[in-house]
Amino acid sequence: MIHLLVSVKQVPDTTNIRIDPETGSMIRKGVPAILNPYDAHAVASAAEWKKKLGGKLTVVTMGPPAAEEALQECIEMGADRAVLVSDRAFAGSDTLATSYVLAEAIRKIDQEDHVDMVFFGKQAIDGDTAQVGPGVAIRLGLPLVTYAVEIQDINEEEGYALIIRKTESGKEIIKTKLPAALTAEKAIADIPYAALPDLITSLKYKPEVWSAQEPVAYDVAQIGLEGSPTMVAKSGSPEAHEPAETISVEENGLAGAVETALGKMLSNTSVAALLEDQQ
Amino acid sequence: MTRRFWVFIEQNHGEMHPVAAELLGVANCLVSEVADELKASGEEAVVEGILVGHDVDNVAKEALMYGAERIYHVDDPAFEHYLNRPYTEALTHLVEKYKPEVFLIGATTLGRDLAGAVATSIKTGLTADCTKLEMGPFRKIEKKLLLATRPAFGGNVIATIVCKDHTPQMATVRPRVFETPVRNPKAKGEIIQESFEVTPEMMAAQLVEFINDQTTNLNLEYAEVIVSGGKGLGNSKGFELIKELADELGGVVGSSRAAVDGGWIDYAHQVGQTGKHVRPKLYVACGISGAIQHKVGMQDSDYILAINTDPQAPIFEVSTLGVVGDLYEVIPEMIKQLRAQKGASA
Ligand SMILES: Cc1cc2nc3c(=O)[nH]c(=O)nc-3n(C[C@H](O)[C@H](O)[C@H](O)COP(=O)(O)OP(=O)(O)OC[C@H]3O[C@@H](n4cnc5c(N)ncnc54)[C@H](O)[C@@H]3O)c2cc1C
Ligand SMILES: Nc1ncnc2c1ncn2[C@@H]1O[C@H](COP(=O)(O)O)[C@@H](O)[C@H]1O
Repeated sequence: MIHLLVSVKQVPDTTNIRIDPETGSMIRKGVPAILNPYDAHAVASAAEWKKKLGGKLTVVTMGPPAAEEALQECIEMGADRAVLVSDRAFAGSDTLATSYVLAEAIRKIDQEDHVDMVFFGKQAIDGDTAQVGPGVAIRLGLPLVTYAVEIQDINEEEGYALIIRKTESGKEIIKTKLPAALTAEKAIADIPYAALPDLITSLKYKPEVWSAQEPVAYDVAQIGLEGSPTMVAKSGSPEAHEPAETISVEENGLAGAVETALGKMLSNTSVAALLEDQQ
Repeated sequence: MTRRFWVFIEQNHGEMHPVAAELLGVANCLVSEVADELKASGEEAVVEGILVGHDVDNVAKEALMYGAERIYHVDDPAFEHYLNRPYTEALTHLVEKYKPEVFLIGATTLGRDLAGAVATSIKTGLTADCTKLEMGPFRKIEKKLLLATRPAFGGNVIATIVCKDHTPQMATVRPRVFETPVRNPKAKGEIIQESFEVTPEMMAAQLVEFINDQTTNLNLEYAEVIVSGGKGLGNSKGFELIKELADELGGVVGSSRAAVDGGWIDYAHQVGQTGKHVRPKLYVACGISGAIQHKVGMQDSDYILAINTDPQAPIFEVSTLGVVGDLYEVIPEMIKQLRAQKGASA
């Protein structure tokens, strides 16, 4: 029986973010929270493999009580068990502290029921740091395959997986021993429509909520603000710029506007030199 | 004590990644920003490069030319191809041995994979995708700290992050965010061979096959001329016109995310916060509104020409020059006039 685990995060939908122009901080009110899109694809992939091989799929998140919704969504996609690690003591955790919290939670789950593969999203769209996956993997001593676009094979019997990852210059096929960790690109799997039985299960399902003491007794020095080496020194809105000189086609006619624009552009010596080299 | 400012020298298949040179340039700036402290304390500060690989002595020499005073080089056949675990262990070992103050890594695919693991293994702070780095005072802390500035919340906020009680202070930076320093072929420096034992346990994941795919390798970041198209093109066919202008100007094709999301062009062309950071000599933005996430990726370009029907489009705020008009009229006319000029001067 294969046991797959996905670490998921609930994030504000950054496409809808509004910023308070006075303080430069995010207005959280009214911003919908969603399951991090990359994580959703990771869950979809894990659910596919669970179906294919037969086994179990667990999802885990660290977050506020409301993150339960994100877990519910994972149950809809076929997860069997969901763990919400939630405690005020975790507030203010940066990626180092987050990776500690998740690693210990995963270690606990693994002790009860051996985990073969841990999935992460490529990155969370609120911070875009892509640090938590590698951080948890190194804490657990797992081999790591980042930017995974396809799982070719998971061979439980022989204890390995074949995973394709994407890099700037091409693709790499990686053979990793199990247990292993991966971070997923969206390409790893399409998000399916929820199956009716899973939908019904999810409606009734309540995730397990773990605190900072139970069932894992966390070291307070490694969590929350105290356990986070990085801190925000200041934040604000991006710099504003003066609008550029514009030439209007309506006012100058097409040929005239383009002629003026090209004239100005080529009076810039560096641009002129570039275009000269061209000929 | 020596204050060490470290740069990870990324290499792929025996070639130094240009981001390493950019970071060496930044590291030298950081060192100059603590000159006053050095004078007062009598300490020295050095920029050093960390190179992991196999048979890559040429890369070590190259890094010296871009401003490293010293290179620590770990050479082992196991490092021929990048793998997270052995690279992480090797870097952790070096950091524990030399205790650098600052450690910079390129935010490439490889660098992002590596940096998060190294920072966790050392248990220090890491700030990803920085757009500005400086050494400056923070509160009452005696020594200047690395002030790492980066966009957050989808680019809507710019935040400055510090890591005050842990070293090294780590940061990643995307290619092209900083300029390439001048290469000095006469530069001298030391290359120190470091030994590190790779155990079988570290090799639990291995590369089976590499499939070279040049279509994703446009080199957009390092192009001198880029012509980009956005949602204003209306359809994928519009990119044929963009390509025609790009060819005329000797450039490559870029795009906004909306055009990528629309399926009109491959992600490899995307410019911006979640695409490539570019700084060409000439950037032409066609039918792109200039959302903050697009602007952060291209506003370092030397000369920016924007073509947009909307005179209020925010893209004009970062442009050098704007043409208010329909790109389907303006671009063909531009190509026509450019060709006529070439004809006249030939
Ligand atoms: C977390 C996050 C990350 C993001 N990362 C990126 C990124 O890396 N890169 C990026 O580009 N975006 C990114 N975005 C998306 C960004 O916010 C914008 O949605 C996107 O840049 C808009 O693309 P656009 O300018 O092509 O489209 P639009 O905003 O729709 O603009 C189209 C423009 O075309 C003009 N136009 C229409 N017809 C014509 C015509 N015939 N001739 C001339 N002009 C015309 C219109 O006036 C308009 O200004 C990100 C968003 C988020 C939330
Ligand atoms: N609070 C969290 N709870 C569970 N998983 C997380 C959390 N934060 C990050 N992750 C996982 O780590 C990945 C990368 O996140 P990040 O490093 O924040 O970009 C996400 O896609 C998730 O899979």
